[in-house]
Amino acid sequence: MKETLEFFSFSDPNVRFVVLGTMILGATAAMVGSFAFLRKRALVGDAIAHAILPGVCLSFMVSGDKNPIALIIGAVISGWLSLMVIDGISRTTKLKSDAAIGIVLSVFFGFGILLLTSIQNSGNAAQSGLDNFLFGKAASLTQDDILIFSGIGLVLIVLVLLFYKEFKLISFNPDYAKVIGLPVKFLEFLLATITVLSVAVGIQAVGVVLMAALLITPASGARFWTNKLSYMILIATVFGALSGLMGSYVSYVAPAMPTGPWVVMCLSLLTISSIWFAPKRGMFARFKQHRDNKKKILQENILKLFYHLGEANQDFEAGRSFATLKASRELSESELDRGLKLLKQQNYLRKMTDLWYITQAGLEASKRVIKLHRLWEMYLNQRLKLEPDHVHNDAEAIEHIITPEIEQQLERELDFPVKDPHQSTIPYQES
Amino acid sequence: MNDKTAIEAHNLTVSYNRRPVLWNVDFELPAGQVIGIIGPNGSGKTTLLKAIMDLVKKSSGYVKLFEQDLEEVRERISYVPQRESVDWDFPASVMDVVLMGRYRKNKLLKRLSKADRDLAAEALEKVNMLEYSNRQISQLSGGQQQRVFIARSLAQGADLYIMDEPFVGVDAATEEAIMLLMQEMKKEGKTVVVVHHDLQTAKLYFDWIVLLNTRLVASGPKDQIFNEALLQEAYGGKLNVLSKVGELIKEKDFPVREK
Ligand SMILES: Nc1ncnc2c1ncn2[C@@H]1O[C@H](COP(=O)(O)OP(=O)(O)O)[C@@H](O)[C@H]1O
Ligand SMILES: [Mg+2]
Repeated sequence: MKETLEFFSFSDPNVRFVVLGTMILGATAAMVGSFAFLRKRALVGDAIAHAILPGVCLSFMVSGDKNPIALIIGAVISGWLSLMVIDGISRTTKLKSDAAIGIVLSVFFGFGILLLTSIQNSGNAAQSGLDNFLFGKAASLTQDDILIFSGIGLVLIVLVLLFYKEFKLISFNPDYAKVIGLPVKFLEFLLATITVLSVAVGIQAVGVVLMAALLITPASGARFWTNKLSYMILIATVFGALSGLMGSYVSYVAPAMPTGPWVVMCLSLLTISSIWFAPKRGMFARFKQHRDNKKKILQENILKLFYHLGEANQDFEAGRSFATLKASRELSESELDRGLKLLKQQNYLRKMTDLWYITQAGLEASKRVIKLHRLWEMYLNQRLKLEPDHVHNDAEAIEHIITPEIEQQLERELDFPVKDPHQSTIPYQES
Repeated sequence: MNDKTAIEAHNLTVSYNRRPVLWNVDFELPAGQVIGIIGPNGSGKTTLLKAIMDLVKKSSGYVKLFEQDLEEVRERISYVPQRESVDWDFPASVMDVVLMGRYRKNKLLKRLSKADRDLAAEALEKVNMLEYSNRQISQLSGGQQQRVFIARSLAQGADLYIMDEPFVGVDAATEEAIMLLMQEMKKEGKTVVVVHHDLQTAKLYFDWIVLLNTRLVASGPKDQIFNEALLQEAYGGKLNVLSKVGELIKEKDFPVREK
């Protein structure tokens, strides 16, 4: 508790730097990464992150010290080069882009490790800490780092705002952008540069391996909450910043904990909760939809059962015992029991002295399902020329989904047929 | 506006990985008509449009639009890509997409104006989609998505419209609406070039027909084309109910088999 208060008072300048730094990095990476996510370039972020290492090492070898600006410039150049190579490979060879990404990632990264090892063996005293680029150094961010990050972050935000509508178009439909004469090459170059820049700074917080997560995860979580691009980017950015804060907090109260990985953990947590709990698109909402579908299917199948039994002996009003019902359709006892109860609640069925009776409303409802089944069989048979013995299974499923609008259309298109392909009568509701 | 030839393709060859998919295609299409480009799947129709719009590299030959290079007449040309060529799950509204028809090179860094919005709304009105302006594109049916694409193209205010398979996966009402719209556009002096693969309806829809199968099979006024013993395949009518049910299954996440 004491640590929590300490942390959120932000009185310790170190805490301030870490929190601010990770929040800025998280937010900018999330914002820029939203476009990579929409353009289905999730892997590209990973490639850039790995490809940056040789640039960092080379620029250290040239400049001889760890001047952050020089390192970032080196990083941008090699990250950017890797993109060009990926592009070139997938354009000029038959390799798919994922193969090209894999090749570039491993070659650049391998080369980077080679350089890093040789620097570490060279005995240059300034080199210690260069491997921060591998694993990140969020916990030891300094005031200078923060200044650089916020400067770059600001530039990135302004660029995204300025070119927002064009970035939207090249993410949605690049061919169209070309056709109306937009400078697509330039825009793509700009977007690539922005991405590389955000990776080059972000990598200092979480390191090479986790960087791709910082780019792509926030957008993929945010997508569950909204259908509006501007909101999606905003939510992603908030996720990025929030996980920066949360990650720094965890590593503060539990000092043995590294900040970078915790930032990514928090981010994953946010995204996983989005996947589960978001309205409509979330898993729970989808489960509910599935359950409702199943419930509907079960009830309609039982109604059909009553109709079939009634049709067989021309007596729709007779009572049916549980055993009869159970024997006539492949339903488990518990399913049948549940379905019967649900139908009773809706007054489609009545129960008297252990026998089940269908009500008038239930009979009408059952007729509709039977009709839809048989109409659909007719449709498949007549319009798709399927053999009569091939249409039943399909109709078993489709009968439950047809809306009144499609129902009318079917009736009209088939001109109210009287018999289905198996010569059973198609019942029409009386009205 | 008195150009007689809308599109001239001269000895056009396009290859993917060295395999030619368009082979020495050579034709001139008159302006002010509704023109159908017809051929079986994989016959190179999409590739032809992309070559016209400079989206793929030509191995040889050239294309002139209104007797000029594309770059000089870009403002007068509008292109409607195949509906399936984009991800309709993209987070955007109908209005967002139609407004894209108003983006211009000289509007980089600028916001769209009220006039742009009005033009977009007008275009939506023409395809009967104005009431859906704020709808998410992922929630549209196939026919509605196609109308949105056409509206985006109309919003450009061009003279020549090049559409790739606007009738695929759309309901009968949309097909008719699009057809009427094309006639309307023709009356206004526009040229409409449409990729289509149904011979039966082609005769009703188009004034001029290009038959394509990697090479050019024929190009001419429709009567001439249909008189030349080009046997029609009896395709059945459209399967509208089927495509609607398909959409419902997707929307509701319904099982296609019960178990
Ligand atoms: N990007 C591509 N790379 C390689 N082959 C392609 C590509 N696009 C299309 N093709 C091939 O070119 C041929 C013509 O395609 P397309 O123009 O799309 O035909 P259509 O539109 O008439 O169905 C097809 O055989 C297709 O497989
Ligand atoms: Mg095509």
